[in-house]
Amino acid sequence: MIPSLPRPAWLRAGTSLTVATFLLFLFLPLIVVAVFAFNNAPYPAPPWRGFTLDWFLGNQALGRIGMFQDTELLASIGTSCLVAVWVTVLSVLLGTTNAFLIERCRFPGKQALSFLMLAPLVIPGVILGISILAFASRLADLADDMFGLELDFLRPGLPLVVLGQFSYIATIATLTVSARLKRFDRTLEEAALNLGASQAALFRTILLPYLRPALIGSAAISFLMSFADFNTTLMLVGSDSPLTVMMYGRMREGATPVVNAVSLFLMIASALLALSLLRRGKAAKR
Amino acid sequence: MLILLLAPAILWLLGLIVLPHVDLAVLSLRERIGPREYTPSLAQYRTFFLEPLYWHVFVRTAVMSIISTALTLLVAFPIAWVIAKVARGRGGSLLFLICLIPFWVSETVRTLGWMILLRESGVLPALLVHLGITPEPVELLYHDATLLVGLVYTSMLFMVVPLVSALESLDDSLIEAAYDLGANGFAILRTIIIPHAAPGITAGCIVVFMLTLGNYLTPTLLGGKNSQWFTETIYTQFITRFNWEQGAAFGFLLLALSTLIVWGGLKLAGQRFGEVMQQT
Repeated sequence: MIPSLPRPAWLRAGTSLTVATFLLFLFLPLIVVAVFAFNNAPYPAPPWRGFTLDWFLGNQALGRIGMFQDTELLASIGTSCLVAVWVTVLSVLLGTTNAFLIERCRFPGKQALSFLMLAPLVIPGVILGISILAFASRLADLADDMFGLELDFLRPGLPLVVLGQFSYIATIATLTVSARLKRFDRTLEEAALNLGASQAALFRTILLPYLRPALIGSAAISFLMSFADFNTTLMLVGSDSPLTVMMYGRMREGATPVVNAVSLFLMIASALLALSLLRRGKAAKR
Repeated sequence: MLILLLAPAILWLLGLIVLPHVDLAVLSLRERIGPREYTPSLAQYRTFFLEPLYWHVFVRTAVMSIISTALTLLVAFPIAWVIAKVARGRGGSLLFLICLIPFWVSETVRTLGWMILLRESGVLPALLVHLGITPEPVELLYHDATLLVGLVYTSMLFMVVPLVSALESLDDSLIEAAYDLGANGFAILRTIIIPHAAPGITAGCIVVFMLTLGNYLTPTLLGGKNSQWFTETIYTQFITRFNWEQGAAFGFLLLALSTLIVWGGLKLAGQRFGEVMQQT
């Protein structure tokens, strides 16, 4: 019960215990992953055989390939970043145009359109993946049959992965940006126009700075979601695997602690990103 | 101006959502009778109902997803309550932040953690032997219970966030008034808290259910060989067997199930989709 009501001691103790157990449940898997990145053993499993940095720095000569020497792994990180950058740029751009469309325009069928925009969130990622795969293949076959064109980007591969992830991440960007645009004080806009600002100047000097936190926020979320996406990517991936697909493959085969080392890096990177976003958020509120 | 803003939206929705699904529907409603020769038929859906393997997996996936959603709600509710109501000042927002951290890390990493913890050569079996509870290391992976733990863990965030925002808007004085009028804790929960939090509960349950149903990674890595998830069946048909017609039919069945249960959940809670989406 709430603090303003009398709470018996057992209830208070129970609350603390619940929170503690929950936090343990939440962090145990992550801690284990981090710890076994430093275990001096060929598999990420107990017992503890001493501390080593082999899984980060190891090379052929040591007989253990650390993450910085694992070209396959490094290439997959590069692939993931490339995909994530494309998805982020596309999603934030579309999110912004969609926000203006929903908040500022009137047209018949708007209700239906904004309803349809939510649909990608309700469709399981696997199905988004296969539907885009099937449709792209049909288009590619059609182009081949009718014009003799080989459209390689419509075959499984990175361009399709980008499109597949973009198809639902765009919805999230749209929601984020329109939520902020909705709270915009229109009188500022009227004042600027009264003072003789052009539409372009208005956009650049008033709307864009106002939307900035939402744009940065949605860019960060898009990047992270793209980086972490698995379901849609798995269906559309060609010969270049992004990191999640690569890690999944290795985990099925029984991975060496290199995978732990990469995971630790991912954790640190996302923690830094989260912290910097939080700081920005606080600074913006002030 | 309108056209300029409308064009990208239409291109996105038509090109990546509507047309691919129409195409998938067409694909699922045809049958291959020869090389590059097809005829419209319901054969793919017939296979689903006649082959027990397929609909067993389907029903299993649905039931497990429902159980997992209920468990997630049970685990998340007390925590959301502590965050929104019990913790004072900065404590609440700090706890909330801490709860969000694991979900910034990808699902692959979190699943790896569970695998290291639970597999036969893993941390928990070793600990159990060490404590003398079991004489030999036991395999904790590949059970239904393990799968549920993994699924609950993965979707926790999507339950906690809507619950916290629903509970935060509840006025404390209502609870105090009920208490002063002699209501006990259970009565307060049943008549005040749950009705107030209903939109948040519905939103959380719907999102968690959809994510669980469509999950691929956790069931394949934590579930056993004999506990297939329906998304795996779709993957096998589409990618491994290259039987796109069958895979498309399975995809539509999954989509239908997901839509049906979401719709049913909304009806049950008397809410509208748009409002629920606002919550999340």
